[in-house]
Amino acid sequence: MGGLQAGSVGAFKGRDVISILDFTRSDLEELFEAADWFRRRLLDGNVPKLLDGRLVALAFFEPSTRTRLSFEAAAKRLGGETIGFTSEEAISVAKGESFADTIRMLDAYADIIVVRHKYEGAALYAAEVAEKPVVNAGDGRQHHPTQAMIDLYTVKLLFGSPDGLVYAVLGDLRYSRAAISFLYGLTLYKPKRVYLVSPPQLRIREEVEMVLRERGLPYREASDITEVIEEVDVLYVVRIQRERFPDPMEYEKVRGSYRVTPELVKKGKPTLRILHPLPKVDEIDPRVDSMPQAAYFFQASLGVPLRMALLTMILGVYAG
Amino acid sequence: MGPVPDSELLVRKIREGTVIDHIPAGRALAVLRILGITGREGFRVAVVMNVESRKLGRKDIVKVEGRLLKPHEVDVIALIAPTATINIVKDYKVVEKRRVKIPRLVEGVLKCKNPTCITRKKGEYIRSRFRLVSEKPVILQCVYCGTLLHEDEILAQVLGEQE
Ligand SMILES: [Zn+2]
Repeated sequence: MGGLQAGSVGAFKGRDVISILDFTRSDLEELFEAADWFRRRLLDGNVPKLLDGRLVALAFFEPSTRTRLSFEAAAKRLGGETIGFTSEEAISVAKGESFADTIRMLDAYADIIVVRHKYEGAALYAAEVAEKPVVNAGDGRQHHPTQAMIDLYTVKLLFGSPDGLVYAVLGDLRYSRAAISFLYGLTLYKPKRVYLVSPPQLRIREEVEMVLRERGLPYREASDITEVIEEVDVLYVVRIQRERFPDPMEYEKVRGSYRVTPELVKKGKPTLRILHPLPKVDEIDPRVDSMPQAAYFFQASLGVPLRMALLTMILGVYAG
Repeated sequence: MGPVPDSELLVRKIREGTVIDHIPAGRALAVLRILGITGREGFRVAVVMNVESRKLGRKDIVKVEGRLLKPHEVDVIALIAPTATINIVKDYKVVEKRRVKIPRLVEGVLKCKNPTCITRKKGEYIRSRFRLVSEKPVILQCVYCGTLLHEDEILAQVLGEQE
């Protein structure tokens, strides 16, 4: 592999993955090269059993389908095995065991721990408690680093590079960890411009704004996507995170406040591409799904090879 | 160290210990609370409140006899008493004098304001931890959840209903 690779071999080995901000652009380049390799192996139906004899713990304290299955598929395709649980009710946490003790148990059993939790900071805390590497599969409204990796990889495959493009991130920017992690990820690159488009109640939180400013992301806030759509290369859409609203009345005020329709998409460039971390609810008109601009199913298909790359690199078994 | 000001005469000089001077008036008890000094430790503690100060108009002073507070223990009071000076006394003499400085990491003293922060989860033995992101005005950031604590929120939290 290339020269970059030689300098950063082992950048992932044994490492915790808590926030996309912990990574550099060259780390991600290395990861994307490995993801390319696994994508080819998957297409060939020739995936080496690099995780043979390895056990991946999937600690999903918050329900998840997509992310959990994608980690599970990645591990199993590579010949690895998984243990875990899919919600807090299913395990002894419901009987009052502390989060830290559950993590200690998994640390004793498995080679790597993938954690999702509704509390912000849970993954960092797990990494402090565990000896084994911890991968954050979403902590509350804060981070979702593997989603950001998939999203940036998608943009790279679609446009050649995330640099120089105009982005619009549309939707619940207050509570969506996917949107926030994508924005954090963009700070590692050189986008031309980033529009943040959300209802006023759902604009980015102050600490997110602080990071974007400090890192010099060229962003502007906008309240209406139709005003900027003509300029946009990548439209990143997220659903309203109903489950994170402290007050259901607040959710009622903003539900249905934005929607991507074929008419909107047609106003954009023909090369416009639409990303969405999925699942989507009603923020994208289903008629958009079959338009060439809809890239979210392609994006979702990259979850497994990207996570294969990540797991093997952290466990030090990927040789390219 | 110059002539003894009147305020010093309110409480006798200590032989060995720490004198925290130039505390904004009314905050001496909060300073003790932050330092975790309850009076039950057995040290002699003197609190002088609302004495005249050239610099501050009015100030508070705390004297802790028999305990030499180290910078990392005492710097955290800078959150509510940025003007405070620390005097280390040995044999009735000030052997070391310095100003407090907000530490880069504030551990255990404050509570994160985000109710879904892991540090607020019941049943976990986890200390709060904040990194200093700005000194003027003071802004701290929770290491775990990223939430910012602003100066007024820090003061309100530490001082409670006192102000
Ligand atoms: Zn917090």
